[in-house]
Amino acid sequence: MRELTATMTGFARTLRAAGVAADHERTQNLLRALAHLDVTAREDVYWAGRLTLCAGPDDLPRYDRCFAAYFGGLRARDGRTAARPVTRYSAATDRGEGGDGPEEALAATASTLDVLRHRDVARLSDAERAEVHRLLALLRGRRRQRRSRRYAPSHRGRLDQRRTIREALSRGEVARLRYRAHTVKPRRVVMLVDVSGSMRPYAETLLRFAHALARNEPRATEVYSVGTRLTPITAELSHRDPDTAMRLVSAAIPDWSGGTRLGEELKEFLSVRHARGAIVVVASDGWERGDPALLGTQMSRLARQAYRVIWVNPHKGQADYQPLTGGMRASLPYIDDLVAGHSLAAFEELGERLAHARRVG
Amino acid sequence: MDIESPAKLVELLDRHAYLADEGLATAAFLAMKMGRPLFLEGEAGVGKTELAKTLAALMEAPLIRLQCYEGLDAAQALYDWDFARQLLHLKAAEAAGVTDVKALEGEIYDRRFLIARPLLKALETQPCVLLVDEIDRADDEFEAFLLEVLSDFTISIPELGTITARTPPVVVVTSNRTREVHDALKRRCLYHWLRHPGFDREVAILLRRLPACTETLAVQVAGAAQRLRAADLVKPPGVAETLDWTEALLTLGAKDLDPALAAVTLGAALKYREDVEAVLANGLLGHA
Repeated sequence: MRELTATMTGFARTLRAAGVAADHERTQNLLRALAHLDVTAREDVYWAGRLTLCAGPDDLPRYDRCFAAYFGGLRARDGRTAARPVTRYSAATDRGEGGDGPEEALAATASTLDVLRHRDVARLSDAERAEVHRLLALLRGRRRQRRSRRYAPSHRGRLDQRRTIREALSRGEVARLRYRAHTVKPRRVVMLVDVSGSMRPYAETLLRFAHALARNEPRATEVYSVGTRLTPITAELSHRDPDTAMRLVSAAIPDWSGGTRLGEELKEFLSVRHARGAIVVVASDGWERGDPALLGTQMSRLARQAYRVIWVNPHKGQADYQPLTGGMRASLPYIDDLVAGHSLAAFEELGERLAHARRVG
Repeated sequence: MDIESPAKLVELLDRHAYLADEGLATAAFLAMKMGRPLFLEGEAGVGKTELAKTLAALMEAPLIRLQCYEGLDAAQALYDWDFARQLLHLKAAEAAGVTDVKALEGEIYDRRFLIARPLLKALETQPCVLLVDEIDRADDEFEAFLLEVLSDFTISIPELGTITARTPPVVVVTSNRTREVHDALKRRCLYHWLRHPGFDREVAILLRRLPACTETLAVQVAGAAQRLRAADLVKPPGVAETLDWTEALLTLGAKDLDPALAAVTLGAALKYREDVEAVLANGLLGHA
């Protein structure tokens, strides 16, 4: 038995090195499962391990590889094999270079602030952009609420049977009917930020806006970067300090400044997650490298699930802007609001929209 | 009932017209032996719900089903007090001149005024199979409730005390993976990912479930189903849909997959207009 425990603990360690969350509790479950099976049968060991140690379809190929390596006589290569994608762009260092340190940041008097508020972030100096980013971090938006599952005492709503009975008991008669109503919770916001080459001047500002959203409502905000692949970055954005969060995000995103295949990524998003009841914010210029027809189909699916679809296009801030890119044209029928995302004022407006968004139709 | 090995369970399931592969049988076998919930994930229509039904049938035990939905709460999943009867009882006591509040309280919070919802009912029924269907559709707060019940198979009711299952029910939790279920819940369970069956198995399933189906038709429908799954559809058909489709074809008297009949019955297999159009336009129904 001791030998079996050692073998299985070693196997679990191999799995953890490969990125499967085979923790102690799961390993114990494996040993318990094996007590009911034939430990000398390869198939039985395979299934017992797979059933107790894996937690999702992503784990299965890794499990199969590790199983073959470990029980085939060879151990899977040890150590931290899950290579972190190489950082090609670091938002934090990019801004620090060139002598425009924070000490040279603008003294924001009322008038300069007001001018700054409406200027296109792509045309700002590094110091000005730092100031905008500082103000973005201070953004405290309210969030549109949704009905939650819980109840609280209220003056109207449904009859609170439990409280009514309790009172009737202590008084000996039903003197008053008590009521209860659902409490409210912030509505979920899903933000997809395009980090492709054409969005490069705006990507960091958008991500900082996303950081402010995630900080305000950590449990009701999900953020993904899109480009050539869909990367969840909610965890990275949960860090309190905006600069640290940006550093974590830029390390996590493998496809900075590449192309955009928004259609495929939306499809991926909709197959692993869902947008039911959420306010979905897509921040992109719509320079779709993939098939615009696919993007249109996925946008229509998204629109059917989402509470509201808001598209942020930084170029909309320009006076002569027309939604002419293929991706934009394909998506337009399914967008509830098309807003600009090029200046601080535009972000404040977007924040307002998130506070007051209503379902369409 | 004593089932000594996964192979035996395969045989028993087969007797109830459910063809399980070794992985699924081992999963169900362990769930029964270890008293742990079986967490089944996979595309819609691969036979997750059907497994729970079949397990109940072969154990000759009742199936208790909790269908999850957004907004599902404890009063609908665990228990609720029968308010109307409690009030009636109070009125009756009042009319009879009972003034002992303590005694009265004990009376109205009695088990007979409690309405058992699926989870409580499953703890009180032995043996039984509890099916928690489509957990991903419930709010994530609900998972915490479920975890509490599934970790020690007890429910505590403030007014009444704790209700514990003498032997834990066989629990099957299903998810279509529209949302990631919390890891704490999964850790409590045996996890199994069900995929669409391969060609041979699907032919076997069609023949096993639909006695009227000819081998030719089964082979052709299963072939078409494999092609439909390989095509880029919004909702590829599951086994449930293939079965429906074959049944529709049989009802219309089809002996083989006639293209005209296949086209008019396609609605049994595909549930999106876009998919039906794409399949008809690309001629995916044609014989291989």
